Amino acid sequence: MTALAIETYGLRKRFGEKLAVADLSLTLKRGEVFGFLGPNGAGKTTSLKMLLGLIEPTAGSGTLLGRPIGDRVTRGRVGFLPEHFRFQDWLTGRELLRFHGKLYGLRGRALDGRADQLLARVDLLDAADRPIKGYSKGMTQRIGLAQALLNEPDIVFLDEPTSGLDPLGRLLVRDLIRELRDGGTSVFLNSHLLGEVEATCDRVVFVKQGRVVHELDMAVRTHGLEVELRVEGAPERLLAEHGMLLGHADGVVRLRVPDDEALPRLAEALVRSGAKLYGMTAHRKSLEETFLTVMGEDQRPG
Amino acid sequence: MRALLTIAHLTLHEAARRRILTATLIGAVAFLVLYGIGFHFVARNIQQQAGPSALQQRFLLNFLTLAGLYATHFLTLMTAVLLPVDTLSGEIASGVAQTLASKPVRRSDIVLGKWLAFCTVTVAYFVVVAGGVLLLARLLGHFTPPGLAQGLPLMAFEAVVFVSLSLAGGARLSTVTNGIMAFGLYGLAFIGGWVEQVGTMAGNVAAQNVGTVASLIMPTEALWQRAAYYMQPSIMRDLNMTPFSAGSLPSPAMVWYAIGYALLALAWGIRGFRKRAL
Ligand SMILES: Nc1ncnc2c1ncn2[C@@H]1O[C@H](COP(=O)(O)OP(=O)(O)O)[C@@H](O)[C@H]1O
Ligand SMILES: [Mg+2]
Repeated sequence: MTALAIETYGLRKRFGEKLAVADLSLTLKRGEVFGFLGPNGAGKTTSLKMLLGLIEPTAGSGTLLGRPIGDRVTRGRVGFLPEHFRFQDWLTGRELLRFHGKLYGLRGRALDGRADQLLARVDLLDAADRPIKGYSKGMTQRIGLAQALLNEPDIVFLDEPTSGLDPLGRLLVRDLIRELRDGGTSVFLNSHLLGEVEATCDRVVFVKQGRVVHELDMAVRTHGLEVELRVEGAPERLLAEHGMLLGHADGVVRLRVPDDEALPRLAEALVRSGAKLYGMTAHRKSLEETFLTVMGEDQRPG
Repeated sequence: MRALLTIAHLTLHEAARRRILTATLIGAVAFLVLYGIGFHFVARNIQQQAGPSALQQRFLLNFLTLAGLYATHFLTLMTAVLLPVDTLSGEIASGVAQTLASKPVRRSDIVLGKWLAFCTVTVAYFVVVAGGVLLLARLLGHFTPPGLAQGLPLMAFEAVVFVSLSLAGGARLSTVTNGIMAFGLYGLAFIGGWVEQVGTMAGNVAAQNVGTVASLIMPTEALWQRAAYYMQPSIMRDLNMTPFSAGSLPSPAMVWYAIGYALLALAWGIRGFRKRAL
């Protein structure tokens, strides 16, 4: 068993003229909760479908759980909640889980038990024997989640799992993702909802027009502050002593420092070195800001 | 194989749950009631009239039964086209296909499972309607046509040909395009079949060739003609007494051709579904 859940090299997908995914190279460790973030039309769904073998890549290759993508047997260890998914809505929730469980090779009492357990987990026990046609959007999404977990997968792909869910539903998804991580399951989360990703992911990749434009390790990011200095004549060496230099242009220095205590120390050192300090602001950079910076101003709302 | 059977089961379940089976059955019963009423009056007329000889009576009853079977052939083909026409295209469009194809299931098993289910339903429909027609003929006219053992399987196989085609088309075409294609081919075979009949009676070779070409493009009408040929007494055939198959009996090669045709259609559909972006 490899330590990587996903590894891809230059995956590309072209639909006629439209290049949906330009060049996707990424790795995902086992047990990692991975956020795939980008505006609508960035190519998130297409990327995920290539990994699942639903769409054949135009170019590139990759592995999923150590096997080439598209491998049938591997899909037995994968769960998937499609975006805007529709199911056989003439089935009841329980029947849906049973049929899909059979496609995973589950049978008999093991299957019934698993279905009941999941129905309880997504809080649908009392609606279990009603046709899905009559479910609300949130209930449909929840039965979809249950369906994605039938086989106790090693990796789960969730495509916009919280779109259309009320706050309680979102909380449920968040909890489920945490449970999955605790159980060692990898999660590949497609989203354009930043709060979701911020709350759950270990690592985030930003995609734009089919390209990865930025990668962020959430564990590192949550430590530290970003400081913006308007300063003249500051020696780089001194700045580097106090934190990680992020940028330096037009008299504005951006620096990441470990904590609040670093701020007065930095100011003092600067003044003592003879640099002219015109201003100093510090803040925790939210994912949303990173998103906007990374995506650039040219992004129209999707 | 298990996955294939699960898909077949799911498909049958869907047909039952969405009342497709009920609707089809009601249609079948309605047809049989009408046919029974018609048969009753015609048969009574035949038996009451002093005129016709016993032989002529048999001709008329055979004609009437074949007419019923011809309607059965038509209804079965309609069912064979309509039932599977949107199953793949519809599930691809709605996204249901994604949830199936992302499971550890071969895409060919999805197509074959559906094929199995729709063949079962359509052939069962055929058995009910044809059985009804034959039962009515027996009860009301005390008549059973000859050659049923050869004729009926051929008719059932027509349904399999159309299920294969209609299902396969759904892997590649939109529901509407697929429906137009299937009915277009049916229409072609229908017209071609009759042109051939007339051509044979009139001894017109060109018209016969039109029929041959039509039955190569869609062999079901030829299957029907062969089935009908078996299911009437030989004198009737020799005298060209019925519009159902004249002297032009399609060759047994046509049956093999139709089998190959169905298999190719199915392979075409499986290939299309395999390559399809879902
Ligand atoms: N089947 C398809 N045919 C043509 N274009 C497509 C198809 N699927 C997606 N696209 C296009 O590819 C781009 C990426 O789509 P998608 O992967 O759905 O983005 P996201 O999930 O990030 O919103 C979009 O411009 C979309 O219109
Ligand atoms: Mg998407």
